[in-house]
Amino acid sequence: MHPAPGKNHFELFGLPVAFDIDTDELAVRYRALQRRVHPDKFANASDQDRRLSLQMTALINEGFHTLKDPVRRGRYLLSLRGIDLGDETDTTMDPAFLLEQMELREELEEVRQADNPHKQLAELANRIEQRLQDKIGQFRRAFAATTPDGTGKARNAVREMQFLEKMRREIDNLEEELL
Amino acid sequence: MALFQISEPGQTPAPHEHRYAVGIDLGTTNSLVACVRSGVAETLPDGQGRHLLPSVVRYRAEGGPIVGHDAMAVAHEDPLNTIASVKRLMGRGIEDVRKLGQALPYEFSRGDSAMPRIRTVAGDQSPVAVSAEILKTLKLRATESLGAEIGDAVITVPAYFDDAQRQATKDAARLAGLNVLRLLSEPTAAAVAYGLDKNPQGIYAIYDLGGGTFDISLLRLNRGVFEVMATAGDSALGGDDMDHAIAEWIMREAGIKDDAGHRQMRRLLRDARAAKEILTGAERATLRIQRDNNGIWEGVLTRTHLNTLIDPLIDRTLPPCKRVLRDASIRANEVDGVVLVGGATRMPRVREQVSRFFGREPLADIDPDKVVAIGAALQADILIGNKRDAEMLLLDVIPLSLGLEIMGGMVEKIIPRNTTIPVAKAQDFTTFKDGQTALLIHVMQGERELVSDCRSLARFELRGIPPMVAGAARIRVSFQIDADGLLSVSAKELTTGAESSVVVKPSYGLTDNEIEHMLRDSIAHAREDEEARQLRERQIDADRLIEAVQRALAADGALLDTQERAEIDRHLDGLIAAREENDAARIKQAIKALDSATQTFAARRMDANIRRALTGHKLEEFGAPGSKSTP
Repeated sequence: MHPAPGKNHFELFGLPVAFDIDTDELAVRYRALQRRVHPDKFANASDQDRRLSLQMTALINEGFHTLKDPVRRGRYLLSLRGIDLGDETDTTMDPAFLLEQMELREELEEVRQADNPHKQLAELANRIEQRLQDKIGQFRRAFAATTPDGTGKARNAVREMQFLEKMRREIDNLEEELL
Repeated sequence: MALFQISEPGQTPAPHEHRYAVGIDLGTTNSLVACVRSGVAETLPDGQGRHLLPSVVRYRAEGGPIVGHDAMAVAHEDPLNTIASVKRLMGRGIEDVRKLGQALPYEFSRGDSAMPRIRTVAGDQSPVAVSAEILKTLKLRATESLGAEIGDAVITVPAYFDDAQRQATKDAARLAGLNVLRLLSEPTAAAVAYGLDKNPQGIYAIYDLGGGTFDISLLRLNRGVFEVMATAGDSALGGDDMDHAIAEWIMREAGIKDDAGHRQMRRLLRDARAAKEILTGAERATLRIQRDNNGIWEGVLTRTHLNTLIDPLIDRTLPPCKRVLRDASIRANEVDGVVLVGGATRMPRVREQVSRFFGREPLADIDPDKVVAIGAALQADILIGNKRDAEMLLLDVIPLSLGLEIMGGMVEKIIPRNTTIPVAKAQDFTTFKDGQTALLIHVMQGERELVSDCRSLARFELRGIPPMVAGAARIRVSFQIDADGLLSVSAKELTTGAESSVVVKPSYGLTDNEIEHMLRDSIAHAREDEEARQLRERQIDADRLIEAVQRALAADGALLDTQERAEIDRHLDGLIAAREENDAARIKQAIKALDSATQTFAARRMDANIRRALTGHKLEEFGAPGSKSTP
């Protein structure tokens, strides 16, 4: 038997299904739930209770992980509208965006040879962060319109956010390499 | 007319009696056991008042193994049969062991699993079995000093311990007859010992410099919930290196050559360690060194000079400190407290350098050798149920990413490192050949992209896939990691429902069969009957379940209607009756029946728990979206 059947992540935390959520409140609720259902609270309980607690806690961890991050939250909201970004065959993207990504990527490669790579890397990270915030704004506006056109734009925004996130991870890796 | 009082089963459970559960620090160099007695957590000494048990096991041709001080005392006479630092071998394969090479004088052989075994006069011994001997000794010590049978324990493991190492630790506990309430990370235990959970929130650094290893971890505390943020270290750096640095200085000063004999070297190391300990309190130490064939050398080592000898070693602890700060994206001055763990942190110079790095005085009131065991004992006391209203919750993360091998020798990550556990994730895969009916699932651990750069955790096969064109089958692989960091994986073909699942016994672990054999062998030694053991185990299971169900009914009986309640009571009575009949098979059956009778009840209780957790937050549920928004 599965606990909390049919509840989506927002419902699990008792939050409205929306892109703008109070993440501090989310964290408070996460801890409140953990305190009730974590396996440590069932160290003495029956196997039945322990199994349920394990499943439930895993679900709460997954929900928290998904909702606290704007990109994963956006992607999840789209999946609630029936759009699975992992399953898509249509992967065309805005040519201007792709061009910009290629340029950012070239810059990242050039950082290695730079005189002051740390400074350049920090600057690049700042710009990526700025672009990510822009895309989050785009997503918010597009998703608010529940029309097919709005959903389509929101989908593009999430895909672009994922590109930027990947870039951010690569910056992190390079930073570690340079350490 | 006399009236008989009839109490419904489960309605009035016996008041909770105090039970003992111990905390065990199973260390590389030394191990300890601690327990909460009369509200105070303390480590338990042996008959001679010694708290530390050297993690050394000596096997003999006749009689059982010797553990601790006595084993260490004869280590040099019988090096091949005296196993030290076995923690370094836990959950590791023969290849890893070769890399450790220099420090290990033992002879290895291969068992059924890829786990290395050490050849001794008492047969081949797995690292798990050696660790079990240490745990048995501590268990016996606890039983004797508490005057009660000890069955439950919290055992600490380094924060970076992976699935294989944690599994090996849990297997060792099982061999030693201990039920593991929780594997707890060492830095978290240290933070608990200092009662840091009483603070509303904060970020703490745990600096652990032991005999042979250095670990640094950052923990975040928020309203009673501890999380490991980042962890790093050096597995070949510790107090022993300082002893060597001092010994080398003595050799230079006293004109002792590099090719000095073993006995001379051992004496030198002993004298070096003594000088180091004196200089913890004093400014100078006088040395009197017996030279093999050149009489006695006398000299003085000042603390200032000692500092110049050990500074290069302390400096090596700083890059890992910087690394964890970076991983957690915080600056040193954002750390709210630094906790010292490990004997080497007694040295004034270590404290000085740590203070300088973090810009604050470290916490050092608790004996740094005992602090981990004490924290484990506090957690054990809570988990066994002696502190019902405890708010503290200790969350752990997986230290390394988990993934699966895909085409081209690449690894597809399924669960990234630093994910809070327990966690469950599923991913769909497909076949790559027409008519393919089986799929090999290879579970990997590590951060790199190539299979050859990651560690193999387990392999298993999903069979019975109906022959289809390539890419048509849908195979869902599900990973589940429990609160102890142990992994189980299952795979299912979605169109047919063909299923295959394993609790991942890591490539370097013992199989369940091997453990069962070892348990049987050890029992043969104790001349105990196999049947009697099974019966006793079942009875313990039954008692646990009866108590658990009674407690659940007392707390949440209101969630059941009369008919549902009667059904559970009937199976509960059935188990209570079966338990008295001394028939293992019947008890097992009755446990199964009660377990399935309580299924719906358990799910309802869980939902009720979730509702309770969220009450008090209801107002905001309908608050205007975006009233306090995040990007």
